[in-house]
Amino acid sequence: MRNPLADKVTGIKPSGIRKFFDIVSERKDAISLGVGEPDFDTPWHIRDEGIYSLEKGKTFYTSNAGLKELREEICRYLQRKQGLVYDPLKEVVVTVGGSEAIDIGLRAMVNPGDEVLIPQPSYVSYEPCAVLAGAVPVIINLKAENEFRLTARELEEAVTDRTKILILPFPNNPTGAIMERRDLEAIAEVAVKRDLFVLSDEIYAELSYKEKHVSIAQMPGMKERTILINGFSKAYAMTGWRLGYACGPANILEQMTKIHQFAIMCAPTTSQYAAVEALRNGDEDVAEMCRAYNQRRRFLLNAFREMNLPCFEPFGAFYVFPCIKEFGMSSDDFATRFLDEENVAVVPGTAFGECGEGFLRISYAYSVEKLKIAMGRLERFVGRLREEQGKRQP
Amino acid sequence: MLREELLAVIEKNSRIDLKELAVLLGIQEAEAVEELEALEREGVICGYHTLIDWEKTSNEKVTALIEVRVTPQRGQGFDKIAERIYRYPEVRSVYLISGGYDLMVILEGKSLKEISAFVSDKLSTLDTVLSTATHFILRKYKDHGTVMARKKEDEREMITP
Repeated sequence: MRNPLADKVTGIKPSGIRKFFDIVSERKDAISLGVGEPDFDTPWHIRDEGIYSLEKGKTFYTSNAGLKELREEICRYLQRKQGLVYDPLKEVVVTVGGSEAIDIGLRAMVNPGDEVLIPQPSYVSYEPCAVLAGAVPVIINLKAENEFRLTARELEEAVTDRTKILILPFPNNPTGAIMERRDLEAIAEVAVKRDLFVLSDEIYAELSYKEKHVSIAQMPGMKERTILINGFSKAYAMTGWRLGYACGPANILEQMTKIHQFAIMCAPTTSQYAAVEALRNGDEDVAEMCRAYNQRRRFLLNAFREMNLPCFEPFGAFYVFPCIKEFGMSSDDFATRFLDEENVAVVPGTAFGECGEGFLRISYAYSVEKLKIAMGRLERFVGRLREEQGKRQP
Repeated sequence: MLREELLAVIEKNSRIDLKELAVLLGIQEAEAVEELEALEREGVICGYHTLIDWEKTSNEKVTALIEVRVTPQRGQGFDKIAERIYRYPEVRSVYLISGGYDLMVILEGKSLKEISAFVSDKLSTLDTVLSTATHFILRKYKDHGTVMARKKEDEREMITP
């Protein structure tokens, strides 16, 4: 029999987070700080609206690009939050999570051999999606000393004549890094000069703890070369509803919608009705969850300070990214031993790119009570490692 | 804003220690102490009570909601009559209500008998009370924003990425 599989697919290595999760799920009393999904339930009024839509018999497909009502609400939301004006009829597509938007965005824009710039550490899907789209992924290694922000210089150095797209994943998973207005201005300048398109993954936009999130699409000359991706999973705790969206220039959105139409038809109808309610009446829920995340963020940073574990202050998403280089072991070894000895699962930074070596991703989508227990164990573990080190170097 | 956030935290957990409270809010411990003292002084914080599900104990308790219609008194409105009612220790809460009746009284007693005795002997006999309607609580599902049923486990499944 012939090999049934495509080389392009088999060549993609499996996600690095998987391994730990497999071990964690076997252990009953393990505390996992590995999950990248809110611990809150979807606010009740949003769920209720989904249920109500079912009661009313709204069980048909929506139009391919999504309910018109929802697209209008998305545009109102982006205008209200970021001052961005999009045409709900031509410049928006509602997708199955932000993930689908990333996939179809790349597929709609990339020709074989085009280079796609991917800053890392970052979400693990960009690289495989770029490969599947036929692009050549080019990694930009972000640096701890820049608080894992992308600098214009790093971008400039990575651009070649074949570069077409820059993926901009901020607020960032796994580092929690954000890009502020001045950071984005510098990036925008290079993007315009080098004629790059930007796929801006802003799924964590609402979870910004310093100032209001700023999109690169707000920078001069950028709206016409930016695909803005966002969704409902993180801000409204709606992961299971699988709903996201992309906004951008009509000519690109038309092609993205074409792929979406042939591969997916439309995003789930029930979720779309619930999302309309989320955008209309969900601001207070978002603010409340955001306050809770921010408290946990402060709690973890304080815990790291107390155990002398270096960690830059992240201002976005729900992750912290402490540095463990002092222990002279790989992130993977550290995470494995920590799980073995203290029964706490964290994700090694290397799961998000090689430059994540020496770091851990810790999610704070967990209650303070749980974080407190986990930090107690981390402190004990770190103390033990330091003691071992002391013995080795008398 | 800080005040509201502090209140929201301790409303959910009044036993939180001061150091942790300060960390969560991103302020100094001394600042948290000062703010708490001010809130107590101003009567914003009226107490640090514990939410108890008495049903799970052997201590039997009966709670009743009593709708009370009264004649307001000249110059004192409802305040005087409310005071006469809330002075009874078995009265847990008294609210002035808009709509079909005037005062909502929440009463706690050891038995139905005890509560009916209170209503017939003490409450109904007050001059200004026109009528009462007593509703016994059969089950508390949620109280003070807290669902009384057992907490559910973390149901998030393992998923990558």
